[in-house]
Amino acid sequence: MDKKIGVYICTGCGIGEALDVEQLSNLAKSECHAALCRSHANLCGPEGSQLIKDDIANEGVNSLIIAACSQRVMYDVFDFEGTILDRVNFREQIAWTHPPKDEDTQMMAEDYLRMSGAKMSAMLPLEPFKPEQEMSTDILVIGGGVTGMTAALEAAKAGYNAVLVEQEADLGGFQKNVTKNVVFPFKDVQENEIAQLAASVKNNEKITVLTGSKVEKLAGGPCVFNATVKQNGTTSDHKIGAVVMAAGWKPYDPAKLDKRFGYGDSPNVVTNVQFEERAKAGKLTRPSDDRALKTVAFIQCAGQRDPKHLAYCSSICCFTALKQAIQVKQQDPKANVMVFYQEMRTPGQGEDFFRKAQSEGVIFVRAQAPEVLNVGGKLAVEAFDELLGDTILLDDVDLVVLATGMVPATAFGEDYKAKKPDDGEKKNEMVSSVDSIFISDILNLEYRQGPELPELKNGFPDSHFICFPYESRRTGIYPAGPVRRPMGVSNAIEDATGAAMKAIQCVELTSKGMAVHPRAGDQSYPEFFMQRCTQCKRCTEECPFGAINEDEKGNPLPQPTRCRRCGVCMGACPERIISFKNYSVAMIGDMIKSINVPDEYDEKPRILIFCCENDAMPALDMAGLRRMQYNSWVRVIPLRCLGSLNLVWIADSLSKGIDGIMLLGCRHGDNYQCHFIKGSELANIRLSKVSETLDRLALESDRVRFEEISITDYAKVPGLLDEFAEKLVEIGANPFKGF
Amino acid sequence: MADVETQSILVVGGGMTGLTAAIEAAEAGREVYLVEKNPYLGGRVAQLHQYFPKLCPPTCGLEINFRRIKTSGKVHVLTMAQVESVSGRKGAWDAKIKIEPRYVNEKCTACGKCGEVCTREIDNPFNFGMDKIKAAYLPHDMAFPFRYVLDPSLARSGEGQTVKDACEYGAIELDMEAKTVDLKVGAVIWATGWMPYDAKRLDTLGFGAYPNVVTNVMMERLAAGNGPTKGIIVRPSDGAAPKTVAFIQCAGSRDENHLPFCSSICCMASMKQATYVRAQYPDAKIIIFFIDIRAMDRLESFYADLKKDENVTFFKGKVAKIEQDGATKNLVLRVEDTASGSLNTITVDMAVLATGMQPNTSVTPQPAFAQRDDYGFIASLEVTPGFFAAGCTRTPINVSESVQDGTAAALKAIQAVVRR
Repeated sequence: MDKKIGVYICTGCGIGEALDVEQLSNLAKSECHAALCRSHANLCGPEGSQLIKDDIANEGVNSLIIAACSQRVMYDVFDFEGTILDRVNFREQIAWTHPPKDEDTQMMAEDYLRMSGAKMSAMLPLEPFKPEQEMSTDILVIGGGVTGMTAALEAAKAGYNAVLVEQEADLGGFQKNVTKNVVFPFKDVQENEIAQLAASVKNNEKITVLTGSKVEKLAGGPCVFNATVKQNGTTSDHKIGAVVMAAGWKPYDPAKLDKRFGYGDSPNVVTNVQFEERAKAGKLTRPSDDRALKTVAFIQCAGQRDPKHLAYCSSICCFTALKQAIQVKQQDPKANVMVFYQEMRTPGQGEDFFRKAQSEGVIFVRAQAPEVLNVGGKLAVEAFDELLGDTILLDDVDLVVLATGMVPATAFGEDYKAKKPDDGEKKNEMVSSVDSIFISDILNLEYRQGPELPELKNGFPDSHFICFPYESRRTGIYPAGPVRRPMGVSNAIEDATGAAMKAIQCVELTSKGMAVHPRAGDQSYPEFFMQRCTQCKRCTEECPFGAINEDEKGNPLPQPTRCRRCGVCMGACPERIISFKNYSVAMIGDMIKSINVPDEYDEKPRILIFCCENDAMPALDMAGLRRMQYNSWVRVIPLRCLGSLNLVWIADSLSKGIDGIMLLGCRHGDNYQCHFIKGSELANIRLSKVSETLDRLALESDRVRFEEISITDYAKVPGLLDEFAEKLVEIGANPFKGF
Repeated sequence: MADVETQSILVVGGGMTGLTAAIEAAEAGREVYLVEKNPYLGGRVAQLHQYFPKLCPPTCGLEINFRRIKTSGKVHVLTMAQVESVSGRKGAWDAKIKIEPRYVNEKCTACGKCGEVCTREIDNPFNFGMDKIKAAYLPHDMAFPFRYVLDPSLARSGEGQTVKDACEYGAIELDMEAKTVDLKVGAVIWATGWMPYDAKRLDTLGFGAYPNVVTNVMMERLAAGNGPTKGIIVRPSDGAAPKTVAFIQCAGSRDENHLPFCSSICCMASMKQATYVRAQYPDAKIIIFFIDIRAMDRLESFYADLKKDENVTFFKGKVAKIEQDGATKNLVLRVEDTASGSLNTITVDMAVLATGMQPNTSVTPQPAFAQRDDYGFIASLEVTPGFFAAGCTRTPINVSESVQDGTAAALKAIQAVVRR
């Protein structure tokens, strides 16, 4: 495409008062290769946008530089089909934050125009990715329990084919052994409807049910997954679009419990799971001799909410205990049933079920550490009752039921990193903190970074559990049900439906060549110039989503449908061979080089800010909204993610004579906020390597700095920038200036 | 043409649930109308300072969601709008939407000139009336849509013309009137969310009478950088730094006289707010009065960590009454000690009532077929074919669960409009 560049400068919202627009128009023509440059007092108004439309129609303008407000606003006005667009933020980041008609303010606007010109020269029109293979929109569901069956059924109801893989001979998962349950809105105990669910799954012609089977290998990526499923000794291959991973949970091993729970001492101490098995067998009796139950004790939080066992709360055990207590009561209203609890957790309308149990005559004892005693073969429970303020003893207990918790299926198996033999290669120091992947034999991904989903905490494989709970770190694979978070049946049904939604959305976007969350709709993707690859493996190791495989020689094998378009690989590559059509190392490098750096006698230092466009950049905009002023020496380059920062830009900047560089990124570590998981962490690690280089160049390492900025830190940002500017004055000019 | 089936989806409520439902459906290729009664999207979440348990700002995730709206181009946002009626059937619903006048049109650039010249002030609804703002205002810094609003009192006053004249872009329309829009949609998702239970009805706890008794939602605004105190938590009576803060759990919740259900988020919200106070005042003491601490799943770790803080006391017991010391405006709490049955007296500088979530559906009109439970929730996902309830309309839940529920509702809606 031959670019015909039009530059449009808005003079509204204070821009005209702050800047010499005529001078900028001349600069646009002389330095930005603009065929034409126009200004308008209200570019976003109907007349202003018509001006642009007319130029597109009559003048053949196809590349637009719009110097007006932030790209975050008026996005719908400045949206012209078939053009390449760059927005220059003259309003929030110049006119609203710097003194009007000031030499430094004007120089800032000049530089931003130059930078946009450089960017425009490098940007190419997007061509959405289309794989060579035919794309599938079928949904693979792993796990045939409530969650998996629901996911398959809900996907089918929306018109998609589903392949349901269940390792056991029958569908149903854990729930097939549960006779009665309690579901939202938690009014009463009812018959389990799992059999009806299984029947409707089996009868649905869009669902292929594979029982007694497992996924042996999952290769490819969204819309081009190939799932190799082994069933009864034979294997079959399935073309898959996206995956709902509903592998469920296993009960915590009761043999590991503290002695005080008495598990193993007597057959009459069972877990809540064993209670279900007995109920199913029609044996709600004393295990040792099958006598009728007269006194039953339920002990909650057995090996839960306890860092030595499960640190978390399994969420459902209170409901389970209430249900089981009611079952005992309904069998014999005269039975003495006591629930020893630490905290009763029945949120929402679940409170009704707590009241229901109370009205059935179940007794509740708040006690933090009840102890099961075995006195001559007879069981007793001793506990300090917090409400009575006294120790109580329940004796002649026929059955003790321990509330053991849920462990996600993903938490089992050896740690992949620990197992991997040290191949004697030089360790990549750039790789950030360890991400555990347990070889849990669920997905068996043919991925370079490991066969399963990386865990976040406690073995649960999610990545952004507050805002985007379905996201995992493997594109197109959505964990659902208790494998994602401990949950009961009602919640699992919701969760399965939501995960099916995400899987469907993934195939819809991917099949159009678009990215999924968080850059949903993005049609750019990274391209690798393989001739210059040195097989350093940084891209394959650092991709937060494990999107890049490797051949045996160490060459990257990118799988674009797995890519989230963050650019972390582009930032990692020392050879700068990874580029997007509209985002590349060379493009940002050209933007840096386009900045006019005055020589040291002008006493105008230059500070380059690389900032995360999702959080730090809006924070800068908000500082503008509040008309906060900050140093006019700064030049801001927003990045897709700070993890796309390539170190060559630091070198480019310093050799250009730029005095200081600041990175503004999201919080990293355990409570990371980075939408690409580790972008800001990687940028920080990379930056720490720069100080060595600076020393080698006899430059002060204080010239580069990393700051964590959240989106709401806008009151803090101006001070941070001003303070850095003062520091740079103290250090003195970059000695490379003028070379 | 009354019975022609359409494939678009109506989402009622632009809070976390509705926002999610709308975007998820749009990203799967569906046309969505998102109706929100506030002049901005984000609902209750937009007013939170931080999320538990990561203590991160909600605007971070909201920004991504707003960006998703911008990119998809398929979510048609109607703010200051409420549904007047819905009738029809799956695939062919007729919805009447009433849009209140904003007095500002889409030409608004948010330049702020109208606010500059405006002298009339109103109570700031975003900060629960704890401060004043100009009557020509941006609802909050991160508002989406990023567009000003004129309070009706300004539009109707003589000053309206002055404010209109200050706008260089013809964005102010003083004669804007409420209008009704008819939409034809194939599926409806009802996600109108919740309101804080009216703390004035808890007559023994002194809210409204004693300035230093605040609610949990007010506490979020007090801690927020764009709140009435610029994020500094102070006693409303004298602006002093609180040395002791009491959090009173189940203020209305789990109470047959008020909200018999558990609002499920208040334990975590109070513990989170305790960390706000502790971060600002290293010597401040916190007492949390509770029945049961409900920190479900991984949220338990947040509770476990807070218990390690020596300045935080968890007190199992119910606050029977709050009185005010007239001179100091300190609060005197009468507390039942459940173990001994005796009444204790504890004096604090400030008390935060963990008021519960009352479903908006308990007071606002909705279609007759949408049956409410005893508490006013529409307690089922599929209310009738093609009409779904989600989020806190169904049950009191936190942000993550609202996203989960909104995503599920999006698929149910798509199933209702899909052409086979």
